[in-house]
Amino acid sequence: MISFGYSIQKDRQIDFDANSKRIIDFIRTEEPSVDWCMNCGTCASGCTASLSVDYSLRRMISLARRGEEEEIISHVNRCRFCGKCLNACPCGVNTRNVIYLMQIAVKKIASHEI
Amino acid sequence: MKSVAIIGGGVAGLEAASRLSRHGFAVTIIEKTDKLGGRLNQWHALFPARRPAKQLLEKLNSGINNVNVVYNAIVSKIEKNDDGFAIQMDRNRMITANAVLLTTGFDIFDASRKEEYGYGIYDNVITSVELEKAFKTGKPLKTVQGKVPRRIGFIHCVGSRDEKAGNLHCSKVCCVTAVKQAIEVKEMNPEAEVFLFYMDLRMFGRHYEELYREAQQKYGIQFIRARLSEAFENPDGSLQIRIEDTLLAKPLKMTLDLLVLMVGIQPYKKPDDMINLLGLTRDTDGFLLQEDQYILPFSTGKSGLYCAGGITGPKSIEETLTEARAVAAEISTFLGDSVSYSGSELVVIGL
Repeated sequence: MISFGYSIQKDRQIDFDANSKRIIDFIRTEEPSVDWCMNCGTCASGCTASLSVDYSLRRMISLARRGEEEEIISHVNRCRFCGKCLNACPCGVNTRNVIYLMQIAVKKIASHEI
Repeated sequence: MKSVAIIGGGVAGLEAASRLSRHGFAVTIIEKTDKLGGRLNQWHALFPARRPAKQLLEKLNSGINNVNVVYNAIVSKIEKNDDGFAIQMDRNRMITANAVLLTTGFDIFDASRKEEYGYGIYDNVITSVELEKAFKTGKPLKTVQGKVPRRIGFIHCVGSRDEKAGNLHCSKVCCVTAVKQAIEVKEMNPEAEVFLFYMDLRMFGRHYEELYREAQQKYGIQFIRARLSEAFENPDGSLQIRIEDTLLAKPLKMTLDLLVLMVGIQPYKKPDDMINLLGLTRDTDGFLLQEDQYILPFSTGKSGLYCAGGITGPKSIEETLTEARAVAAEISTFLGDSVSYSGSELVVIGL
């Protein structure tokens, strides 16, 4: 087949109906405080990892709520587990456990457990 | 005995009437409908504690035993004379009063003006006022097609913070109303997914923030920072919305079974409006201009003519009640309060 150099670009928009919510559902079962997040970004503003890599726990939780797995999978291992976010969160979210569980969920997806 | 005429028998009018009659004034409420209570009659439960609206309505009505009420009355003219005012109504009715209080309230934004949301065009797009009426019936919530809605979206700021809709102001009470109604929907139907699409959540009042937290923590209601540009109807009557999830900076589409529009509060400008009739001035937002927002918030600028409640902008019931009590005190001062408070040991000697 002749390659014309064209491709069909993937739709950028979040397809909420089609997206699986298995990651957030898994986290919620183990750590219900994830639902307390009000998207303020205090966690991300103090994050040590975010100084050197593109990473925001606030965004990770939002992505999980919308079922945007691709970006979660590519970003989930950027956390260094320093726990600064845990001190910062004004809503009482167990932030470190949330990102830990998000990593577990990603592993479970890879092994077809969820 | 000095007299006061109150135009509008809603929350502000009833509470002011109750206070003024307790101060010993002869009070007349002029009400345009056949019922007192105003918009409270449409409401099922009040934020933040979800107290039944009926309870407050009964309480307010119990305070006006000594108040004269003229029902189904449209004021056609108010003339100032040496002693006060002569108020003419339709059907040749007339009363005089030493002071007049305007508590004519506000108007609700007509959602069909935001045509892109499909109100009045699509089956399952309703307003927050209609949802409240549905709660009042006590019947389970259903779509027009008779289905129990499994996914419900609330759109904030419909006709508020919208220059194109002619309302730049924030209607203030819709945020907490949406949270309250979302909780009520969840209680009726725990399986439902409920989404609130907001620009900002303005939880300004006492216990409002707690209600918002409860909505998230206890009821799992989801908040998405977005403003809807347009909705589409699917063949089965459900709705397709496309928003920008502004916190992820990505467009998002989803299907909803029911779309609730949080209609805003706007100035009342219909033909029977008192601001125009009396030649009073509107502020830049279209609500009545107060003589001084801080010092004389209940003065219209005309001696003996007062205002309180929704006529001067969006307010919660709590705030409206506080204003009604304050304006009653102002009017008492103006008319020369020298009467004993009935049912109280307090005695005020002429000011």
